[in-house]
Amino acid sequence: MIKRFIAVVLLAAFAAVFATLLFGYTPDTELNLTARYYAERTAADLGAANIVTAIVVTYRGLDTLGEVTVLFLAASIVGLVLAQDTHKTPRARVPVGELLTTGTRFLVPLILLLGVYVFVNGHLTPGGGFQGGAIIASGILLTLLADPLKHFGHGLISAIESVAGIFYVAIGLAGLLLAGGFLDNRILPLGNVGELFSAGAIPVIYSLIGLKVGAEFASILASLSDTEEL
Amino acid sequence: MAHLAMATGFLLILIGAYGALTQRNLLRMIIAFTIADSGVNLVIVAVGYMRGRTAPIIDNAVSAAAAVQRIIDPVPQALVLTAIVIGVGVTALMLAYAYRLYAQKRSLDIRDFTELKG
Repeated sequence: MIKRFIAVVLLAAFAAVFATLLFGYTPDTELNLTARYYAERTAADLGAANIVTAIVVTYRGLDTLGEVTVLFLAASIVGLVLAQDTHKTPRARVPVGELLTTGTRFLVPLILLLGVYVFVNGHLTPGGGFQGGAIIASGILLTLLADPLKHFGHGLISAIESVAGIFYVAIGLAGLLLAGGFLDNRILPLGNVGELFSAGAIPVIYSLIGLKVGAEFASILASLSDTEEL
Repeated sequence: MAHLAMATGFLLILIGAYGALTQRNLLRMIIAFTIADSGVNLVIVAVGYMRGRTAPIIDNAVSAAAAVQRIIDPVPQALVLTAIVIGVGVTALMLAYAYRLYAQKRSLDIRDFTELKG
């Protein structure tokens, strides 16, 4: 009881802080200095139509590399923590139903296609590697739901993941040699803003991020699915 | 509009914090953390919102020259994009640990895990 009281007091203090923030908040009417720079320069300097993508992939590309590393680390630790003993008790096959099986066969290719579309068009539309990767992983999740015993090759997943990671860093280093700095997208021609083949290396980098994120989420899902029931 | 979204975000943070502090079941605590996570994301996105402006994408509706007057702040959106992905990774990690703890003690009640108590 006393613990609950302390929790409520703590939350009341939080709520007071939040209320001050909320009532003292006046929305900006003009972009601040950083946002203004991005809004003015993205199209001219980087050729990307989606400014958020330009920030994530190029202006703050190093952070994104770090973020993908964090995700990789999380996926590895999930795999490590859930690692099973070598002896595997075969699980009984649970019938999942005609609707789910047929629906999966029909939907999974479309979901994968949508995922690829989303990350290939990341520099033009509200989308990108993280969103596309998550969509691809949702396709994998559907396959696992339809066939819980399906065993995804961890080898294939980690191969995709590693190759995408290596190319990501290699493109970053190419930017260091050929353009203005690490992960500079101007190693490829910028093209016209709004076209698919534009914005230099951004579509390439975001596609690699999409594959990497998709593979990482898929590896988390495969680890969770391989885990035996207790 | 921004105030409404921000108030919702703060409310979600409070609900999440309350759940994390009072619940004893590990899975419920994990869900509480994800609720608080969504609240934080909502608040950050709400900070970038500006009345009468549109998404930070240059197309037929927003020319590159008019972008400064027409778009909302893209930086919070980039931040939240990062935060969402990391949030998923962290949730998966918490669930894996919860599985491991359950395998050890056959219990998800936080009161059964007393090894770190002095």
